[in-house]
Amino acid sequence: MFQYEKPDNAKMIKVGINGKDWSVPEGLTMIQAMWYTGHEVIHGIGCLGGVCGACAAVYRMPGDFHLHNALACQTLVKENMAFSLIPSFPSQRADYKIETIADTKEELFKLYPESATCRNCNACTEVCPQGIDVRDAVWRSVFGDFKGVTEGTMSCVMCGLCVSRCIAEMAPHEIALYARRAYGSQELKFPDNLLHRMEKIQSGDFDAELSRLLSLSPEMLKSECEVK
Amino acid sequence: MSPDQKESLPLYANLPNFITDEPPALTSEQRMALLNRYYPDYRPEGKTTLRVGANRGNVVPEEIANILETRSRLLHPEKVERPSAPDADVDLLIIGGGGAGITAALFAKETGASVLVATKLRIGDSNTVMAEGGIQVALGDDDSPAQHLKDAYRGGHFTGDTELLSVLVREGPEVISWLVKKGVLFDRDAHGNLALRKGGGTTRPRLISAKDYTGLELVRVLKEDLLNSGIPIWAFSPAVELLEGPDSSCAGAVLLDVDSGKFKWVKARAVMLATGGTGRLHIGGFATSNHFGATGDGLGMAYRMGAPLLHMESFQYHPTGVIYPSEMAGMLITEAVRGAGARLYNKDGKRFVNELETRDVVASAIIRECSEGRGVRTGAGHFGVYLDLSAIDREMGEGTVARRFPNILKLMSKHDVDCSTHPILVYPTLHYQNGGISADKEGRTPIDHLYVAGETTGGLHGKNRLMGNSLLEVLVFGHRVGLSAAKAGMSRKPFSWQEVGFGHVERFEQALDSEFHGVVRPEGPLLFPDYRRNTSGDSA
Ligand SMILES: Cc1cc2nc3c(=O)[nH]c(=O)nc-3n(C[C@H](O)[C@H](O)[C@H](O)COP(=O)(O)OP(=O)(O)OC[C@H]3O[C@@H](n4cnc5c(N)ncnc54)[C@H](O)[C@@H]3O)c2cc1C
Ligand code: SF4
Ligand code: SF4
Ligand code: FES
Repeated sequence: MFQYEKPDNAKMIKVGINGKDWSVPEGLTMIQAMWYTGHEVIHGIGCLGGVCGACAAVYRMPGDFHLHNALACQTLVKENMAFSLIPSFPSQRADYKIETIADTKEELFKLYPESATCRNCNACTEVCPQGIDVRDAVWRSVFGDFKGVTEGTMSCVMCGLCVSRCIAEMAPHEIALYARRAYGSQELKFPDNLLHRMEKIQSGDFDAELSRLLSLSPEMLKSECEVK
Repeated sequence: MSPDQKESLPLYANLPNFITDEPPALTSEQRMALLNRYYPDYRPEGKTTLRVGANRGNVVPEEIANILETRSRLLHPEKVERPSAPDADVDLLIIGGGGAGITAALFAKETGASVLVATKLRIGDSNTVMAEGGIQVALGDDDSPAQHLKDAYRGGHFTGDTELLSVLVREGPEVISWLVKKGVLFDRDAHGNLALRKGGGTTRPRLISAKDYTGLELVRVLKEDLLNSGIPIWAFSPAVELLEGPDSSCAGAVLLDVDSGKFKWVKARAVMLATGGTGRLHIGGFATSNHFGATGDGLGMAYRMGAPLLHMESFQYHPTGVIYPSEMAGMLITEAVRGAGARLYNKDGKRFVNELETRDVVASAIIRECSEGRGVRTGAGHFGVYLDLSAIDREMGEGTVARRFPNILKLMSKHDVDCSTHPILVYPTLHYQNGGISADKEGRTPIDHLYVAGETTGGLHGKNRLMGNSLLEVLVFGHRVGLSAAKAGMSRKPFSWQEVGFGHVERFEQALDSEFHGVVRPEGPLLFPDYRRNTSGDSA
């Protein structure tokens, strides 16, 4: 099906997958290159759309000492690329109930004491496939700027690649999730429009109209629904 | 992107001149004729009549028949014996870890029930995490639950279940409030209210979203709470069969541990299916926007137990799925780009449909162009039409695409296409399963103690779903069904493991034998699509 068709005149290129060399047509993503070469991939695939973070991968290019990371469902293989999937990177996650925390800024240091030990190496930022300034988010969390964390990290796909590199061994994405939840749950005011609508629903303001609609004949209901 | 990269994508070497003249407006007769002729649901090819089961006689796509009229993995290739004791024994087994399953689990736990969640991939790897657009909830001063119901009913071509819809619209605000308290970050307006945008087919602005990461934001938060809840989670353990208890009731399920290859047996006093949609069946050969596990497993398992399905001929094809670069085939380009002024052109550079027509009309028009020879051929042999976003920047100012659609721009640029200057090639993509397992407002199916919620159900939306109503459905019914299924499980009369079996599977197999006389039927559920090449790779 769609996923491995070889385009007309596609050039064949060499890639290394989990330490073995293969030749695949140009223009495939890493995951598609794995399918093309007959790999069954289950750990390492989720959405195939670049949002679930299941397909974290590490790769190297020849003659380049840099270690690169990417989302394998979104990244095209290149000539002589060598890659492996890292479908799961274990990380520490705190257990809390965000609604019940009295001082969310203080609590961060109980839940994630390691957040204060960032050594500014910036490896997390360099590795992030979403282009998030992860180091900045960690510092903002530590200083209690949860709004800033929110603005900087909404696109985090929780792939865990930042954890894989952190020399302070923390899980920046979990810390950022805590900070965003604290901001949304406690710092932002509960939205008025939602509050008022719930009060009206609870006091039954809409019930009569809904029951009236349900009691109509299909034809009557249809004519009420037509946009005039 | 550098100029030579552009040229290296062969389709950009000789683009036609794009002629911006408006396409002729459609009369409502022309619109109906277009739909009848080209919309995949209405076309006769690729359809078949079901011969076995509760929907015997219904005409459905062949791919659907191939997951319903299937052989059981428990009986083939060799019969599996039921072990002397189950691997788990719970009040409620929830099958599927997307939005509906996670929500249900969190509420079920509050009743004190013992709950187990089994899912195919990791928790949260689902269609839910992919949702970009938002959630419909009637919050505006000029809006009401009744108005929401009317829009949804009209959007479903007057085939939706009004009772289910009334639950959906009435309970929406409450479940959204549950999310806000958990810290889900919906966009706010200047006064701190939930910002309301207008979505397709609605008469009021009522779409709330978390930038274009609505599903991701939901899943990140709810998944964290589920992982912290103490509820046991069996990941990479898809269900392959339901189990039958006393009086043809549902009494648990058999799961497949994909790593060990072993079956796991779960005795459950209630079972909830939340297995989501069917995009990965590639119905009609269409690409899909759905996640890797969307293979309709719940439909097949429930059908084998005798549960009736509704509207299984009805699917939503989103008009603008990427078809080139072909490695991105199926990925959605949001409707909002057409709202902002993006244009569709055929191979001759002519516009052929008003871009603001409804999804089904635009999809049909694209299919018409391609089947009448006015599509653009991709290197991989597919056809598509040009979706040109550059008009947005021309009309609304340089940089608009970058500001409003950063995610599309980012994703396309990873594939060497600058979509603010170059067209994307699109073709309709299989997006949503409108129909599914029939259930009442507590998620009860006609099979005793079998509950369902989410995209795997049918009825609520009728034959067409409006954007934003499915996430709401997943939340509202996840909540409701989680509670009612947990309570039903806890209060159920005790039965022993010896009373549990798969008599329903044997009966279904017999029905297949007598209808198909030796014709080989596929095994089900499918579990995973297989995109590997038949031959092994060209080892270097
Ligand atoms: C790209 C995209 C964009 C969308 N945008 C929107 C939007 O903006 N607004 C909106 O309202 N809706 C949107 N939708 C639709 C909406 O996201 C889905 O309909 C909804 O999330 C379905 O939720 P669910 O829990 O029923 O299924 P899912 O979220 O798909 O969850 C089902 C889960 O069950 C698992 N599973 C499958 N089979 C088995 C098995 N045999 N055993 C165990 N587990 C199994 C799956 O792997 C998955 O984890 C979008 C859908 C897609 C694909
Ligand atoms: S912040 Fe970390 S977990 Fe989030 S996307 Fe970046 S690397 Fe992945
Ligand atoms: S990788 Fe760890 S130590 Fe380095 S900057 Fe990021 S959070 Fe700080
Ligand atoms: S598979 Fe979900 S991000 Fe790649």
